[in-house]
Amino acid sequence: MLNHLRDEGRRVLLCTVSSDSHTWNLVFLQLLLEEHGHDVTNLGSCTPDDLVVARCLSDRPDLLVISTVNGHGHADGKRLITKLRREPALRTLPVVIGGKLGIAGAADVDRAGELVEAGFDAVFAEGADLSGFNRFVSTARERRSLEGAAP
Amino acid sequence: MTGFATFVRAAHAAGHLVVQPRMGFSDPALMRAGLVATRRAHATTVGTVTLDSYTRVGDYAAVLAAAAEGTPLNGYPIVTTDDATTRHVLSDSARHGFPVQVRHGSPLPGDIVDALVALGLDATEGGPVSYCLPYSRVPLRESVTAWSRSVEAFAAAPGEPHLESFGGCMLGQLCPPSLLIALTILEGLFFRRRGIASLSLSFTQQTSAEQDAEALHALRRIAADLLHDVDHHIVVYAYMGVHPRTEAGSLALLADAARLAVRGGAARLIVKTPAEAHRIPTIAENVSSLEHAAAVARTVGPEEPAVEDSGVEAEARTLIAAVLDLHEDVGEALVRAFSAGVLDVPYCLHADNAGRSRAHVDGSGRLRWSAVGSMPIARSDQDLRPVTSGALLGYLHRVEQRYDHPVLTDGTPAAVLS
Ligand code: B12
Repeated sequence: MLNHLRDEGRRVLLCTVSSDSHTWNLVFLQLLLEEHGHDVTNLGSCTPDDLVVARCLSDRPDLLVISTVNGHGHADGKRLITKLRREPALRTLPVVIGGKLGIAGAADVDRAGELVEAGFDAVFAEGADLSGFNRFVSTARERRSLEGAAP
Repeated sequence: MTGFATFVRAAHAAGHLVVQPRMGFSDPALMRAGLVATRRAHATTVGTVTLDSYTRVGDYAAVLAAAAEGTPLNGYPIVTTDDATTRHVLSDSARHGFPVQVRHGSPLPGDIVDALVALGLDATEGGPVSYCLPYSRVPLRESVTAWSRSVEAFAAAPGEPHLESFGGCMLGQLCPPSLLIALTILEGLFFRRRGIASLSLSFTQQTSAEQDAEALHALRRIAADLLHDVDHHIVVYAYMGVHPRTEAGSLALLADAARLAVRGGAARLIVKTPAEAHRIPTIAENVSSLEHAAAVARTVGPEEPAVEDSGVEAEARTLIAAVLDLHEDVGEALVRAFSAGVLDVPYCLHADNAGRSRAHVDGSGRLRWSAVGSMPIARSDQDLRPVTSGALLGYLHRVEQRYDHPVLTDGTPAAVLS
């Protein structure tokens, strides 16, 4: 049953980072993903690293979407993805992050590379277009290679 | 830097609107320079120290890690910074008797309040609901307990400790005015009950100037009834939702906030800057917004124009009475009110919020209930159709659109400013 669900809708776990309390971004992304036929679990504001790791392990989502706008996304995102990738069962889980990732506006956009290196599959910095994100969600498959992640 | 309440009282009596930035930097030198620049701005100002998100959630390890890596934070980490450094940050303000308020956003404010009291600061902000639901996943009951203790400790500090309720800004946007008024008044009652003798009540500019004027009028009347035995003033916030992206749009919105504040009898205005939609503002951007707001405020007469009565005041009074009915202690009453859905903040994801209310912006630009859940609000036009992502973005961006793309008098949209 899960297999055929996977062809259309995907099971998406949606969260933010531990220091970020903004939720309009989460409310919006949940609606958007649901309208595209995905099944969304929204973990709400200030999601602690351990909770995100635990829910990824227990819920086995097809994809983890992290949204953050408070400007601590680079630091918090890097810490979180490092913890996620340390779990053998989560090494290939597709994980994306997006929003306003630093406190310097456009000057922060260049720093996306660091996050990919740390283990994210895609980074949607401020100004990224949402149709690219929608395409990514419907086509994301398990990661084949683990650039940068420890074996 | 003492005497926040006295300063605002005197300015209000003299007919000057006090303007205040939302300013916070992790670099102590910048924080100090920001306070100096705020004091020197050509306006009647008070200073602000806004705290960073790690301090707000009590993650001091992350503050220290960021400092070690040289990563700038989105505010000043007052708890982990050593006393001597923070005293130096505040020394210019102290020398000039310049009032400073600490703004945070923490449901468990113990360490923060202890730190600011130890530093001799006499003004801060928040509330058991307004610093919990929009700012955390901490259970409301824990926030009420923690805030009770901290408010009592703050009330016992020397001088005339001044506490502002952030209840008039819930989630920044899309919360109808009756609920904002009810929450800021209820938090004011909570503060008074725990010994605070000087407080402020907040209200944020929203989607309609007429509705905002009506709401401020209602807030003043209800405060005069229920909080007449404590010193209080009203603080208006320049729009707290999605901000215009253009400088012209941002300044026009701020100018409208200044007019609203003066005409609505507010003593203080919290400004925003044209950087709001993009990033943390610089000191210069803050100063120029303070001066812009003050300049507009000086051109506005204090006479309150006649306001409409669409029922905001009655709705707010009904909500307040329904909550106070639940328990003799307003803290316990607030916890029960949220668990029964008697208070229900639209679009709030917090686990202790019922999440059955919805709001929208109507054709005239006013905020309206689409669904009231279990709140004691009479409704004739409930609209239970699910809100789509597109509709939600439309409501969230209504103000930004209106100010970024002003419509010419003949009805055609003006060219996009940029
Ligand atoms: C409303 C608001 C609040 C409300 C939030 C209430 C709530 N619970 O949600 C309140 C008042 C509580 C608040 C608090 C704070 N805020 Co605030 N807030 C805003 C504001 C005004 C609007 C945000 C909003 O509602 N947007 C609507 C949603 C739908 O859009 P969005 O979040 O921008 O997301 C869009 C895109 O970014 C993108 N996106 C987002 N995530 C993702 C993820 C993926 C995968 C993809 C593809 C796309 C994507 O899609 C969305 C739709 O277009 C913005 C400024 C602005 N934009 O005008 C500041 C802003 C986000 N806040 C900011 C800050 C710093 C804070 C505070 C730390 C206080 C402070 N120091 O000023 C606290 C947060 C405390 C904490 N622990 O984190 C800063 C962040 C600075 C930065 N990144 O450079 C901003 C930019 C304001 C500023 N210029 O200073 N805030």
